Amino acid sequence: MDRKRCTLKLLVQPSRGLVDEMFIILVQKAPSGFQLTVHALHKCEDGHSWEAFGHYTADTIGTVNVSEDPSLGGTYSGVEQMGLLWSLRPVPGSKPGLRLRKMNVQIPMEVTISVYQGHQTEGFMDQVPLASVVVERWYMAPGVSRIPITEDRLSATLFLPPGPGPFPGLLDLWGGGGQLVEYRASLLASHGIASLALDYLTAKIIMETGKMVDLQYFEKAYKILEQHPQVHGSSIGMLGLSLGTSITLKMAVYSEVMKLRCAVCISGCHMQPVDGSVEEILKYFNQNADRTRISEENELIWRDVLLPVPSDLAFKVDMGRLKCPLLVVVGEDDQNWPASESAMDMEEMMEQAGNSHLLTVLSYPKAGHLIEPPYTPHARASLFKSLATREKMIVLWGGETAAHSRAQEDAWRKLLVFLKENLYSGSNPGTTSLSHL
Amino acid sequence: MIVTLRLSTMSPPTSPILSVQPTRGLVDEKLKVVVESLPPGSPVTLHSLHHSEDEDYWEAFGHYVSDFRGMVSVSEDLSFGGTYTGKEDMGLLWSMRPVPGSRKGLRLRKMNVCSPMLHNISVYSGHVSEGFREQTPLTSVLVERWYMAPGVKRIDIMEKGVRGTLFIPPGPGPFPGLLDMWGGGGGLIEYRSALLASHGYVSLAMDYFNSQELESADLEFKYFETAFNIIKEHPQVIPDRVGMFGLSLGSLVTMHVAAESTIVKPRCCICVSGSHFYPRDRTIKEVIMEPRSNSHRLRIDENNHHVWRDMWIHLLDDPSKKVDVGKINCPILLVNGKDDQNVPADECAEDIALLMNAAGNGHLLSRVLYPDTGHLIEPPYSPHFRASNFKAAGVATKTVMLLWGGQTKPHSDAQEDAWRKILSFLQHNLYSSTPPRAKL
Repeated sequence: MDRKRCTLKLLVQPSRGLVDEMFIILVQKAPSGFQLTVHALHKCEDGHSWEAFGHYTADTIGTVNVSEDPSLGGTYSGVEQMGLLWSLRPVPGSKPGLRLRKMNVQIPMEVTISVYQGHQTEGFMDQVPLASVVVERWYMAPGVSRIPITEDRLSATLFLPPGPGPFPGLLDLWGGGGQLVEYRASLLASHGIASLALDYLTAKIIMETGKMVDLQYFEKAYKILEQHPQVHGSSIGMLGLSLGTSITLKMAVYSEVMKLRCAVCISGCHMQPVDGSVEEILKYFNQNADRTRISEENELIWRDVLLPVPSDLAFKVDMGRLKCPLLVVVGEDDQNWPASESAMDMEEMMEQAGNSHLLTVLSYPKAGHLIEPPYTPHARASLFKSLATREKMIVLWGGETAAHSRAQEDAWRKLLVFLKENLYSGSNPGTTSLSHL
Repeated sequence: MIVTLRLSTMSPPTSPILSVQPTRGLVDEKLKVVVESLPPGSPVTLHSLHHSEDEDYWEAFGHYVSDFRGMVSVSEDLSFGGTYTGKEDMGLLWSMRPVPGSRKGLRLRKMNVCSPMLHNISVYSGHVSEGFREQTPLTSVLVERWYMAPGVKRIDIMEKGVRGTLFIPPGPGPFPGLLDMWGGGGGLIEYRSALLASHGYVSLAMDYFNSQELESADLEFKYFETAFNIIKEHPQVIPDRVGMFGLSLGSLVTMHVAAESTIVKPRCCICVSGSHFYPRDRTIKEVIMEPRSNSHRLRIDENNHHVWRDMWIHLLDDPSKKVDVGKINCPILLVNGKDDQNVPADECAEDIALLMNAAGNGHLLSRVLYPDTGHLIEPPYSPHFRASNFKAAGVATKTVMLLWGGQTKPHSDAQEDAWRKILSFLQHNLYSSTPPRAKL
């Protein structure tokens, strides 16, 4: 194709969107039947380059519509409107074990979408594309305020939606990797929920005292939300992933201070010592560290460390005492935590206790451990820094990319509905049935 | 009269849910504004508030009644009152006006295009017409409106005496180019160029008033040719696909260069709200001063607004005072408002058509003339000003309130339609691989 007279047009709408919004990619005015590659390139905060691409053939009027036309090959295939984002992977030559996570949520992810001639699979950086545009993907909607919280020696960040409020609130907990990870909380605030991201493993107070936090730490975070003038104190929920689930379940069932309106547990378990806080939970996990397996690719598989599900009630949260609706999200290919086994046991406990109407389980075949907001790349395994050993090793999370990405999309949508129905509605807690999910 | 109806007390937090899409969009993109979870059949006011770079507040509002699903959809429902009425999906933007108590003669223009315009869109209970700042809305969202798409590059130009800003679309190119010129107010106005670059054109916004060297018409003419060539010679520009875009005085310059230049050959021209009164061999400064020598033709209306349109009309009869449009040999689009009170755009367009037909190049001319539309035909959804403060650049005159004309609703419709036509004209003449045809 003569570059000088190339009239091919590339359009991506919206050019500035939230991370969980879909976009439409249209290629127009290509020659009829033209073979082309649509390519996405992203340079992350750590300086690594990620790419994805799909092979398309223009129709008789020279158009390719990524939401309607099948990709014939590349990092994804078939009709996949968002394939260029969820199938992003480190470019060839990158160091192994990378995971894409946005730490600064105040600026967007920039993705360059380009069209290359022909069905290409490599060497994109050495070629000049036919056209390219830049797309911004934001974790924060305009008007969301980001407020660092340090009172009561907490390490947290509060995200408030725009507007007068009051808003429902949410405590947002990540897992065993620690750090103050803000992106899910900022995204939830973009959906109208005042969200508090809390660091409970690498917080300043832990670094200074050398001791893990106790349960009061979480209750203090809850109180910050409850007493905030723009938060509706009786509409506070809690969301945890992985180790964050353990804390969420403990607080939902046993805390006298926290009156949670609802809870969400992603890729977690109810197996933990009933008494005790973070330290005791971590010790319990380390007990059976010898059950760690190693995959053929030298990745650590930790799921057996917590198995079998104990019958001793001192070592699992008494789910029969739960009084608020609970959404449990599990990936059936979770290689890190036995989330499926735990979900089954929780269901049994609740059926016996008569409160199973509070429970909704979303179980996704071929999805792994890291069930994150949608349209972000899937990491089947990645480098993980163990808090215990301070070593970095490659851990197997599990999941098959396409199925995992579909699971992320579905789970996020259902999670938002669950939160909105339970935190916004005026009905009494405990009566909302979500069987339609 | 304020009609305030209190919604029955609901156990919080069943507040209505306001969604505006997109929350970050280009200024010429449409907004979808939907309110849900309202009590059925309840009166609400949708309000938009903007705090300008000049620190003034602008607002617009519409009165709605929710349907029996508890919903209001601005693109589908009627506004019963406010700054706009009827089914107006973009009324919350184009009907904005300075809040009561503001300074007079304001005009809303974004000078820093690297940051977005921020609009607070809120829902108020009842049909409210004033005192918005003293009330708490039920809910609100913040919306960003951008003149620059992501990836558009902004480059300061200070080259060969030309001062301006170049905007380059993202991607390898090469792209068609545009020389973008505003009117007699002068200054370096970037927003239209930024928006054109967001649509795929390398666009140079030019400041053509401040230079001291432009004392002779000859030097001045060369200045425009130099600016045109800066674009043409840019490595990312297709050299034979460079056009010219002018508004008001900028239109005049466009027609003059297209007709007289032996060096510069624009591929196409867009002239918005322009006249073709360009006394041959005179500088622009002299052109601006011309009406002042005819100040007996200046009218001041009942609001103390200066009306300039009649100062020029006598020039229609004198060919030496007009651009020789018969020499234009590229497609040219004239966009005018019938209620233009600054320039007799209607009469000029008629005369240009006559002259071009007589010269045999009438097939290159396309014209659109919008009823009840004034002089300042800008990118869509920006507020309309029937009159505003104006100070002519580079000449020692004082600030006056100049009447531009137009009625808000028809003028806003015209801006939306004109922009669409302009973009399709540019697409056809600068992007298409078939030979250019003037007729739209």
